Order: sequence, then C-alpha cells, then structure tokens
Amino acid sequence: MRKLLFALAAPVGAFVLTIIISSIALWMFGSNPFSAYGDMLGHAAKLETQVDILNRATPLYISAVAAAIGFRMNLFNIGVEGQYLFAFLIAAQVGSLVVLPQVFHILLIMTVAVLVGAAYAGIAGVLKVTRGVNEVISTIMLNAIAITGLIALLQQRWQADQENFTSTTLGTNPIPESGLIPNINGIVEIFTRDIGQGKQLTGMLIVAILVGLAYHFLLTRMRFGFDLRASGANPFAARAGGIPPKRMVVAAMVLSGAAAGLIGLVELNEKAKFSPNPIKGLGFAGIAVALLGRNNPGGMVFAALLFAFLDVSAGILQNTQAATKEIVNIMQGIVLLVAVIAYGVTARIQSREEAKATAEALRATEGMEVAT
Amino acid sequence: MSMEKWNNIPAWIRWPIYALLGILLLTIVQGVSDVDRLTKVSTSREMLRWAVPIFLAGLGGLFSERAGVVNIGLEGMLILGMWFGAWGSINYGPWIGLLIGIGGGAIGGLLHAVATVTFNVDHIISGVAINILAPAITRYLSDEVWGSPTTSPATSTPDVYDLPILGGGTVAGWESPDLLLEVTNLELPFISDVAGLLRGLVTNLHFVSLLAILLVPFTSWLIWRTRFGLRLRISGENPSAGEAQGINIIFYKYAGVIISGGLAGLGGAFISTELSGLFQGGNSAGRGFIGLAALIFGNWRPGGVLVGALLFGYVFGLDLKDLDGTASHALLLVNTVVLGAVAIWAATKNRVADTVLAAILAVGAFVWWLSADAVPGWWSNILPYVLVLLVLVFFAQRLRMPKALGQPYAKGGR
Repeated sequence: MRKLLFALAAPVGAFVLTIIISSIALWMFGSNPFSAYGDMLGHAAKLETQVDILNRATPLYISAVAAAIGFRMNLFNIGVEGQYLFAFLIAAQVGSLVVLPQVFHILLIMTVAVLVGAAYAGIAGVLKVTRGVNEVISTIMLNAIAITGLIALLQQRWQADQENFTSTTLGTNPIPESGLIPNINGIVEIFTRDIGQGKQLTGMLIVAILVGLAYHFLLTRMRFGFDLRASGANPFAARAGGIPPKRMVVAAMVLSGAAAGLIGLVELNEKAKFSPNPIKGLGFAGIAVALLGRNNPGGMVFAALLFAFLDVSAGILQNTQAATKEIVNIMQGIVLLVAVIAYGVTARIQSREEAKATAEALRATEGMEVAT
Repeated sequence: MSMEKWNNIPAWIRWPIYALLGILLLTIVQGVSDVDRLTKVSTSREMLRWAVPIFLAGLGGLFSERAGVVNIGLEGMLILGMWFGAWGSINYGPWIGLLIGIGGGAIGGLLHAVATVTFNVDHIISGVAINILAPAITRYLSDEVWGSPTTSPATSTPDVYDLPILGGGTVAGWESPDLLLEVTNLELPFISDVAGLLRGLVTNLHFVSLLAILLVPFTSWLIWRTRFGLRLRISGENPSAGEAQGINIIFYKYAGVIISGGLAGLGGAFISTELSGLFQGGNSAGRGFIGLAALIFGNWRPGGVLVGALLFGYVFGLDLKDLDGTASHALLLVNTVVLGAVAIWAATKNRVADTVLAAILAVGAFVWWLSADAVPGWWSNILPYVLVLLVLVFFAQRLRMPKALGQPYAKGGR
C-alpha cells in the first residue's frame, strides 16, 4: 500500500503542478485556463478525437520503448529521431518497388525498417565500445547526418515523378495496397458507434501493443533482459557476474534502433509513401514519454496517451481560440521536468525511509542480543 | 624534436603553429585545385560568425562540466537566449538585448542546476527535458508576443568594428592603415593567404565576437589561477575532498551551471540579433550540441574549445558561400592529407585499427576527389557533423574529462 502511494505520489504531484504552472502561463497572457481545459477535455470525449489520440500515441509509444531499451542500461540513444526517419525512407522505397502477397509485403517492409533502424543505431554502439565515443554526442551527430544528408540525398534520387512533380506527387513512389496494414476501425466499431469523419485507426496500434509486450517479456522473463537491467544498475557487478559489457552496449543500441525503425511505419501506412515533410520530432518526444513513464511498459502507455492527448488538443485550441495552441508543448515540457524531479525526490525519500527501517530493525536485534 | 619536448611548449605557441600548418595545407590544396575560397577573407569571416555561438555554448559547457555537471541542455539554453535576446533587442535596444539573452540562458541553467544539483536528477535526463521545454516556451512566447510561433520582427544589433592598424579601423577620427589588406593584395603565396584569413577575424568584428575571443585568456585565468576556479574544478574532480576542506560544493556547482546557461544564452542572442537578424525557430541549427562536441574536442580547456569551434565554424562557413561545391571538393584533398597524417601518427604508436581506418578513409577521400569536380550539397551539409564524429573516433581515448563528471553529489556523502 505504502509502495503504491510512493509510486503514485510523483506522477500525481507532477500533474497537479503542471496544471498550476500552465494555468499561470495561460492567465498571464489573458486566456482563461478553465475554458481552455474545458475545450480540451470536451474535444477528447469524442470518438473521432480518441482515434486521433491513439494514432498519435502509437508512434510515441514505440519511440518511447526504443528510448527505454537504452535507458535501462544507462545508454542514451538520442538518435531515435534520425533512426526512424532514415528507416522510414528506406522502407517506403523498398516497399514501393515490389508487389507481394499482403502478409509478405507487410513483413518485408517491417523487416527493412527494423534492420535499417538497428544498423544505424548500431554504428553508435560500435563507436562506443571500440573507440570510446560517447553515444550522446555520436547519436546527435548521426541524427544530423541522416536528416540533412542521407535523407535529403536519397529523397531527391527517389522522387516519384522526376520530370513534372507537383505537391501531390512529391515523395517516394506510392506503396501498393498489398504493402499496407489495414486500419482497425472494424475492431473498435464492435464496441462503439461507427467512426465518422473518415478517421482511420492505424493498424500499427496492434504492432505497438506487441512491441510493448515484447519489451515487458524481455525485461522480466528473458536472460537478456536481466543482463540488460543488471548492466544498467551496476555495470561492475554485472561484469563480475560474467555479463560481457561491450556486447551488451552494442546489443542494447541495436535493439533500441530496431524498435525505432518501426516508428515511421505509422505514417507510412497512412500516406503509403515517404512524403517530403514527414512528421518529425517523434524521436525526441519518445524520450520524454519514456522518462515520464519511467521506462515501464505500462507507465509509458499512460505517458504516450497523455502526450498524444496534448498534441491532439492543439487543434481544438486553435479552433476555439480559447488559448494559444503552443501551450500544449509547454505542458509537455513542464510535466516532463517536474516529473523527473518528483521521481528523484520520492526515490530519495524512499531510500531514506528504507535505511531508517533497516537501522531500527538492526537496533531491535541488537537489543535482543543484549537481553539474552 | 621528440613528442615530449613538443608537448612542453606552451599551448598558445603550439596552436598557432598548428594553425599555420593548416593554412599552408589549404594554400597548397588551393594551388592544386584552382579554388580561391579556402583562404578568402569572406570565408574566415563566416567561420568566425559560425564559430562564436558554438564557442560560447562550448565554453558554457566547460563551466558546467568543470563543476561536474553534464550539460546537454546547452541547446535549450541557447534557444532561450535566442528568444530573449531578440525580445530584449526589439524592445530595449541591442545592448540590453544581449544582457536579456544572457539572462534567458541563465534561467535555463538555473533550472538545470535545481534539477541536477538539488534534486539529483540524472544530468542527461534533465538536459533532455530542458531541450524539449525550451523550444516549447519560445514558441508559446513568440505566438503570444509576436503573433507567430516561429518568427519575430527584425532585431537590432550593435555596430561592427574594424580593428585599428590590422583591419583599417578608425581611432578618434584617425583612419589607421589596413595592414592585412595590403599584405593580402601583395598576393604572395601563403603569406597573403594567412593575411586574408586573419583579416576576416579583425574586420567587421561584432562586439560579441571580440568578447568571445577575449574570454579564452580570461577563462583560462579564472579556471587555473583563481580561488574560484580551483573550487569550481574540485567540485567536478573530487567534491567530497572539497567538502572536507569546507568548500560549499553546492554553491560552486550552481555557479558553474548558471554561468554555463548565461554563456549559451549569449550565443543564442548573437544568433538572433546578429546572424539572422530575427528570432526564428530552428535557427539554432544544433549549435548547442556542436558546442558540446567542441568542448570534448578541446579536452575541457578554453583554448581547445575555441580551436574546435573555429574548426567546425570553418566547415560550416565554407559551405555557406560554396554554392557550386568546388570549395568543399577541394576540402576532400585536405581531408586526404589530414587523414593520411593521422594514419602515419597512429602507425608510429602501433595502433593498427586506427591506422587502417584512417588509411581507408584517406584513400576514399582521395578517390572521390579524383573522380569528381564538385561535391553535392548534401555532403557539405553533413561535413561538419562527420568531422565531429571523426575527431571523436580518433581522439576520444586521448581526452581527459573531469573525474566526477555526471556523478550525483549529496552533501555528507548521503
């Protein structure tokens, strides 16, 4: 019970503080915070908005798992951003070149995306273990190299219609129907009314759930997950226990990149191509979601939904003019910063209480010895 | 001369010699490949303009990391400086604008210090949070203040100077000679190239650029020769030992991180008031991160940070004026020679893997140089980042960072 209280205190406290700070920010510029929150919640109560939120939460969650795999062993894969965009482009191009039976076509695209993400992240892992290059710096540089260099180059080369392109034909050639994961509106509509406004719930949601389950089983049921957590908690002890540290670093980076490769597939399935302006920033947002959800497969679900809710709320705020829509990004930033601080504080209180309890227990046994 | 003797020469003599060797190499390459942009005054001017914010961010990182706090939030602090600098300069004029920019960055630093020092949040995590929060704040404020989340009206900036005698500046009405221009115009091989590059550093000089250069000796003095510097360093090397001597470690960590934010903020204000003439989201172009790379390249020393910033700034600056890709193409030959030198150096140290890697890259650069007349734009865009990676790949193991960098500290070892 006490443990649960501790686990909940930080996120709840962070949430309350975020509301207070954002309300002040809104009020300072003459908006009414309550009507803004009211608009956001009223909007989110609609089925169509919920579809939007899930569509947004799906890539955020996958991205968070990618970041969390690294975080679990104190590796900071800041490069999720570059990994997913690069994987997205290559997968879109490969997918557009072939026509296969649906299952194989989808699997091919996924495999390519996963392999590209894994390979690109692997570079940072290999550089770390062989050359001692800090992965934070190397992944930041690899981001820039992928986005301003490789993607710019390949996108130009793979431009669908080289002669006379218009804004609608920009991007890679469209992927045939057989390569796309169908939407899962049908599954939802069993329980609800029909989804309107032409909204489609992405089939990648199922993939995201599978990724979350795989991550959970990896950590709790598999030797590798144990090694991963052990190396993160105490690298020296892990090494003494026979866990090869270098191999773990590379494996964690590769696995993290593999998950990152899947992020772009949400947009790929929606647009059936790599458009010249893909959704950017999911990699960095995923880091935030992972931190907020404490790298926990369940916690990250809530964090991803919260971030997705805030992202989607930007649209309604713009419509109703209740507040500047940028406030949602502020709320994301504040909730993240406050939450990481709150986690630190509760962890410290908890360890202090544990130390106290141990000391008391020790004193009690000593007292018994004296008595006998 | 043996390597040891060479390393005993003071750094302020060694580095100019390296620089001269570098310029000599550029001159020779220019002779071979019929390009004149590598040593033009406009190139070094762009280099400096690019390098200043990178350097300021890197120097900020130095203050923070010397105090033991990793600061990847520099990018966020730089972005805060960009916004507040622009806002200040629009409302209160250029000079106050710079101060407000410093203040904006320092607030980011304070936030980082509160999280990492007081609440013991992991330094990278807090930095990531600040990097996410800062652009959100600036977008919100821009939208509220200027009605657009990404752009501001034009900002104002202090006038630029030419240094007297070297760059033909005016002192009290007396128009001094422009020595470097005259040497450049003599068109002597090598000497005029050096003069041309130097002239870019002394003409059209922005106050912040001058300040940035002066900050190198000042910071060296502060870090190595003063009580403040000693205590700052002990906070990053061995805080418990410092605490035992009665030093208020928490105070010095806070000071380091807040100064760090202020310097990054100044770099940001320089971008929005001088470089782009307005606040524009995304104009930081990752300079905060590159500053961090310059810090590592410079081995956590002020002079080294400047050298790193100038090196990265040179590649960026060259790319900016190199529309046909010929200058970046000529740079491939420079890459070949430098990588070849690295291969030989590694071979003398019996480092087989380094030798092979450098040799392969050198040959690759050479083959590319032979087979094309110009390089495509995407290559010049990524060259600075590739350079950062290569520098780290070959030299990361020779670097020495503060011993307690990134470690949590609690008073009394709790």
